[in-house]
Amino acid sequence: MSPGPTPSQTIGPFFHDALLDIDRSDLVSSDHPEAIKIQGTVYDGAGEIVPDAMVEIWQANRAGRYNHPADDREDLSLDEDFSGFGRTGTDAGGEFSFLTVKPGPVPGPDGRLQAPYVMVSVFARGLPKRLVTRIYFPDEEEANAVDAVLSSIDDQAFRRTLIARDESGALRFDIHLQGNKQTAFFGF
Amino acid sequence: MAQRTGEEAAGYRREDDPPYLYPDYVATRLRAPKKPLIILPRTLSDTTGPAYGRGLIGELDDDLTSQHSGEPLGERIIVTGRVLDGDGRPVRSSLVEIWQANASGRYTHEGDRHPAPLDPNFSGAGRCLTDGEGRYRFVTVKPGAYPWKNHDNAWRPAHIHFSLFGPAFRSRLITQMYFPGDPLLEHDPIFRSVRDRETRRCMISTFDLETTQPEWALGYRFDIVLGGRDAAPMENHR
Ligand SMILES: [Fe+3]
Repeated sequence: MSPGPTPSQTIGPFFHDALLDIDRSDLVSSDHPEAIKIQGTVYDGAGEIVPDAMVEIWQANRAGRYNHPADDREDLSLDEDFSGFGRTGTDAGGEFSFLTVKPGPVPGPDGRLQAPYVMVSVFARGLPKRLVTRIYFPDEEEANAVDAVLSSIDDQAFRRTLIARDESGALRFDIHLQGNKQTAFFGF
Repeated sequence: MAQRTGEEAAGYRREDDPPYLYPDYVATRLRAPKKPLIILPRTLSDTTGPAYGRGLIGELDDDLTSQHSGEPLGERIIVTGRVLDGDGRPVRSSLVEIWQANASGRYTHEGDRHPAPLDPNFSGAGRCLTDGEGRYRFVTVKPGAYPWKNHDNAWRPAHIHFSLFGPAFRSRLITQMYFPGDPLLEHDPIFRSVRDRETRRCMISTFDLETTQPEWALGYRFDIVLGGRDAAPMENHR
């Protein structure tokens, strides 16, 4: 019998020199006409900031296509210089930020387009395994209202934790690991 | 078994992984989510993933003993193994990143306050891409054990942190590699947070005489199996 997957272990507190040696918080250059900033703060269950987390994002390009061979929808354009991947650490104030573009919508399991979102992984000391969430967009009210994943969450306030909010020219997406403001997290 | 019930309520599915809440590992208490996880359907968003790392590997990145003008102190070791997907296929040209304490159990990280000496010839970070057979290989020194503040007289067993991407968002993994015969393992709540004993053993490397190079370095093998297999998405792996 082949062995099962190697188990996950916490990233611990000392990953910075290895993993964040190269800054990946800018997925596009700051003069990109459609650049958007997504920023947020990570909080623990006591409402304290988490200054030692690593946040990664994975997203489709403006056309809704992933820069990966498994996305072979050739009718959609592919930006060679947009990888769709970002990675950064939270700072002393628990803040992270990415400069990127808003992704186009990608299909759900039934082939229908979903509301646009960015996939997020959160790693930290005290997390034996990453947490996965999604950033949805506040200017997509109609698409969000009919989105299958969003609508599967009955609790309105819990659902809203997945939708970034406008904040003076940027999008804010705070991540609450625990507590009554807890962000919705996903499993596979 | 109360804990397990809690996890089931939280929609926890991958039995091999530790639970988010493992109270013996104190930092999980305020960081573990308590509300149920929402189970995502399989879509392009997780069967795709970043091809990160190609083009950013430096020549000495896989040899942590030659990144400075002199040799680091400690026991020189070679750590190698294969990265496989859940179906046993090699994961090729995929980034493997490692980081570790020096032989004295000290990280270069400014947050590490352990009063053990820093080694001017050791930074403790490495990266490489897997080859055509999914193989990676690092030359480094054996990391020392180090104390932490989890509980009274708490010591982490010697370990090397590993970060892997694999083929897709689903297969992303950060784990730790341990060394065989380490008496600290049974006292370590991070190691023990993986509850199944057999599964835990997958995180312990094996001493390998074939990898060992005479008059030069001991060899350890550590194979890594990534989750998120393609063929049977919802099937339990064990
Ligand atoms: Fe460590």
